[in-house]
Amino acid sequence: MIRLEKRTSTSMAYQVFSPVFSILCAFAFGAVFLRVSGFDPVDVYVRMLTGAFGDLYGWAETLVKAIPIMLCALGVSVAFRMLLWNIGAEGQLYMGAFGASWVALSLPEAPAVILLPLMVAAGMAAGALWALVAAIPRAFLRVNEIITTLMLNYVAIYWVEYLIYGPFRDPSAYNFPLSVPFAGAARLPVIGDTRIHAGIFFAILAAALLVFVLGKTRWGYEMKVLGDSPEVGRYAGINVRLHIVVALCMSGALAGLAGMSEVSAIAGRLQHGLSPGYGYTAIIVACLARLNPWGIIIVSILFGGLLVGGYSAQFIGVPAAAVNMLQGAMLFFVLVAEFLGRYRLSLGGSAVEEVG
Amino acid sequence: MDGLIWISLLSAAVSAGTPLLLAALGELLCERVGVLNLGVEGMMLVGAVSGFLTAVATGSVAAGVLAAILAGGMLAAVHAFISVTLGANQIISGLALTLFGTGVSSYLGKHAIGVPLPVAVEVFPIPVLSAIPVLGDILFRKDPLVYLSYLLVPALWFWIFRTRYGLNLRAVGESPDTADTLGINVIATRHAYVIAGGMLAGLGGAYLSMVYTPCWIENMTAGRGWIAVALVIFAVWSPPRAMLGAYLFGGIDVLGFRIQTLGIMVPSFFLKMLPYIFTIAVLVVFTAYTSRRHALGPSALGKPYERE
Repeated sequence: MIRLEKRTSTSMAYQVFSPVFSILCAFAFGAVFLRVSGFDPVDVYVRMLTGAFGDLYGWAETLVKAIPIMLCALGVSVAFRMLLWNIGAEGQLYMGAFGASWVALSLPEAPAVILLPLMVAAGMAAGALWALVAAIPRAFLRVNEIITTLMLNYVAIYWVEYLIYGPFRDPSAYNFPLSVPFAGAARLPVIGDTRIHAGIFFAILAAALLVFVLGKTRWGYEMKVLGDSPEVGRYAGINVRLHIVVALCMSGALAGLAGMSEVSAIAGRLQHGLSPGYGYTAIIVACLARLNPWGIIIVSILFGGLLVGGYSAQFIGVPAAAVNMLQGAMLFFVLVAEFLGRYRLSLGGSAVEEVG
Repeated sequence: MDGLIWISLLSAAVSAGTPLLLAALGELLCERVGVLNLGVEGMMLVGAVSGFLTAVATGSVAAGVLAAILAGGMLAAVHAFISVTLGANQIISGLALTLFGTGVSSYLGKHAIGVPLPVAVEVFPIPVLSAIPVLGDILFRKDPLVYLSYLLVPALWFWIFRTRYGLNLRAVGESPDTADTLGINVIATRHAYVIAGGMLAGLGGAYLSMVYTPCWIENMTAGRGWIAVALVIFAVWSPPRAMLGAYLFGGIDVLGFRIQTLGIMVPSFFLKMLPYIFTIAVLVVFTAYTSRRHALGPSALGKPYERE
């Protein structure tokens, strides 16, 4: 008899199985969708793959897109660990971009050694403060943070639009919604001829720091306890409110840093459409990587590739939204994978004991 | 301001509130049965694009509305399968639904941008009622979909609170174990109402693309699906209060445009922020006010049901 049995533990192999399964299933689903709408799925996928990973330029662009995804996904993972559903990374990214731009435009004469650290600080602070707007009501009144963080995304984007049409507008750009361009000192350095910028070191540093804080410090341990069971944490005397506020603010600060690196290294000014939804992609990446910081780095590169590959597929008429669709489908399959991970097919009597 | 401006403002608030009301009623059903569906935004978008495309292709409003309802229901069925049958995390499944629905709607609607709707949904003043001063102008010179939403409010209230089906529905949302013991099929009941909720969200989306705007614009819901989720909390899971809330939020939505036409100098970006800031403010004030008394909402909300 075939039946489903509950697993007692999740194996290491499962950690790898889940994202691989989800991605493959989403691509299979996408193939059906592409076929129905008149495209040859093999052709589309080959184009995407070669566009993203086929040559050095593709790899470089893939990494460029991966950087903000890494930072935002590391950010949301901090909140998700405590079951705080920060889906406001998009808005926190925009506010980070605003904070960094404000510094860059206020101190046009400052040297890079002063300006760049200040921009990083301002970007992270702006992202954290934006998250704080949702964190305080969540911590003290239990106001649903999913809705507040999401609503704040719209507010942040309109705020940036206001600035680039108003106070920050470049008078020499006529009516284009662009801020005054940053001075050279406000630009993050890039690697060689590519657009890969110092933001990649921010992301790796952030991942390493998270691994350390979560695994080796009391603070990280308390976060884990609260994530597993808030009641236990409360009885153990952990300051739950403080943890909620700090986790959401850390989350926002990392997304803010993504915004800072985007305006400083890529755009060189505050402008319209800074993010094609990095903050939302980050949610999917964090779930696929099962909140593991190094996993997030790897999955982000894959998702950067998906974006770049998506541009390549547009040449044969595949709408850019195909990528968003694939991403959304992946998140569904993560849940299916989780179900398969919790259970397993067993034949006959009791299942063999799981190792790992 | 004279009376006419108020009447036109309130009438516009009802129109702007109708998609919110339909989506909120859907979410209300879904949450009453114990399932949180954060995919409202995605279901509305897919409903909007399916309704619009079908109406363009067939030239029939009714076909468009039907397509939107079906599309919303189909997406909700995915959420039901993942979160109810597989018992997966409802929050993540709902987010997936919104992200997926946003992508699908842009994908399908790529060639619908800028296309005019060949048929218009006619305003149909209700005889006698539309002649009532003030109220008649605000409520009874609308299109049939608005009237449908008026009827849905008392109908759903009656269904939820006065029928045996409603009793079962609430039992499943409050205490699935007890409901199961009483012989109610918890899984099937949850599936049914989650899908019904999705159908209403799809209809809400169709109202936007076929009546309110009427055209297809990418991401045209602009967070309305999320506002509908907030509305359900504000409505304490009761249809009449959802109606009140929907028109209040609809009013805030149109207020922005009106302030501009009155010549008050506020940058338009701040006016566009209004509905979102208002949603946050209402949610904070309302949660602060209710949490002092007792926790509200169906007890089993968000918890997957697994038979022991």
